[in-house]
Amino acid sequence: MKTDILVVGAGPAGLGAAIEAASCGADVCIVDENLRAGGQLYKQIHKFFGSKNHYAGQRGFQIADALVRRTEELHVPLLLDTRALGLMDSGDVAVLRDGKAEAVTAKKVILAVGAKENMLTFPGWTMPGVMTAGAAQTFSNVHGVLVGKKIVMIGSGNVGLIVSYQLMQGGAEISAVVEAAPEITGYTVHKNKILRAGVPVYVSHTVAEARGSGHVEEAVIMEVDEHFQCIPGTEKTIEADTILFAVGLNPRTELASMFRCEMTSEGALGGVLPIHDEFMRTSNPRVYVCGDETGVEEANSALDEGRLAGLHAAASLGFENESSRERIKEVQNSLMELRSGKYAAKRLACKERIIRKGAMYYA
Amino acid sequence: MSGLNEIKLHPIVDYPERKQVKFRFDGREMKGQEGEMIAAALLKNGISVFRYTEKKKQPRSIFCGIGQCSDCVVIVDGCPNIRSCVTPLKEGMVIETQHGLGKAGVL
Repeated sequence: MKTDILVVGAGPAGLGAAIEAASCGADVCIVDENLRAGGQLYKQIHKFFGSKNHYAGQRGFQIADALVRRTEELHVPLLLDTRALGLMDSGDVAVLRDGKAEAVTAKKVILAVGAKENMLTFPGWTMPGVMTAGAAQTFSNVHGVLVGKKIVMIGSGNVGLIVSYQLMQGGAEISAVVEAAPEITGYTVHKNKILRAGVPVYVSHTVAEARGSGHVEEAVIMEVDEHFQCIPGTEKTIEADTILFAVGLNPRTELASMFRCEMTSEGALGGVLPIHDEFMRTSNPRVYVCGDETGVEEANSALDEGRLAGLHAAASLGFENESSRERIKEVQNSLMELRSGKYAAKRLACKERIIRKGAMYYA
Repeated sequence: MSGLNEIKLHPIVDYPERKQVKFRFDGREMKGQEGEMIAAALLKNGISVFRYTEKKKQPRSIFCGIGQCSDCVVIVDGCPNIRSCVTPLKEGMVIETQHGLGKAGVL
């Protein structure tokens, strides 16, 4: 198979990239290992913030529907159940489809494969009933099943708070939100929802053990000191059938590594990630990255980074119209807007460092 | 945890209406919905242990829920290492708890 631009991943970043590149006239193809496009937007049933440009007021699954519809209108081939395996010696991308590996020849490759959730390890963490917050969110919001009835959530960032609230909407009880930091770390609007619902929140605490025979029956929590070390003698037991991890995510960098994209590390964005310039170009001029893969933020930033990658990749192949440059500026400004404000200060500083490093490859 | 964990009415989500199908799990006949993920069908039937590890025979269930971690694999129609969280249920499927890594030479 041949295409101008191959997009790997059909979440908000990949769909944004494909829509912009195809709108400029480039031949675009998207592959995604899942059975459905939209990435993790389908489990996000809350309304988004931001501007109209960012689908403010719409819920995640509605945004996914709108993006997928747009790719259909643009006749972008969307190959689902198709996994990008890596790079072949020829420079082609190997994809696995119907159990067979095939080569895709693409002039530019846009990687938008997202991130994976972190976990903590403690005695019992592998027991059934201990899982990621994202798993519980997917099962509740997409599959219509509660993974548990009495839930302990580890982490009070936005994921921990939003998923706790959504599990309550599905009928579960949140027995506790446990946070190692001395205060709740998510946005005030999400924090207030949880506090109003009367959920016990234990700050400066962590889960030290999951107990049960064959399935979680209780969580042992402990207070932590300023170095996040458990303070002996502070054990408390909370009855629970489920313990969830909402302790951050880290970028999926395997494919970018195979494409020899240079990496850097930014703790506030999830750890090791591919370096990119202000147009989302990596150190490999054939390869762009966007979305959580190059720094864990949220769906709107992923969408904008994807748009930027798509516009620039298309322009680099000569697919440009009179408004392309303006549109690139517009998306860069929109990203800037998403990274403004006190909550985003750390992320912004990280992104600026990454972009400075990325610019050096194109000086 | 068993039973009563299916969300029938949700304030925001309309779950799709699906056809009811029958399947077998470790020889027991169970009911599920066509096209829902195998893991979802098993959880609704009160099953939360999907496999046992090779060395220490420890129980495992869903962990990431989106096909990344492979903790929830089961045997489907004789084929081991099927990720139950991303594999849709079909009428008549024969699903088994997986013990260990799956038989060598079986795809």
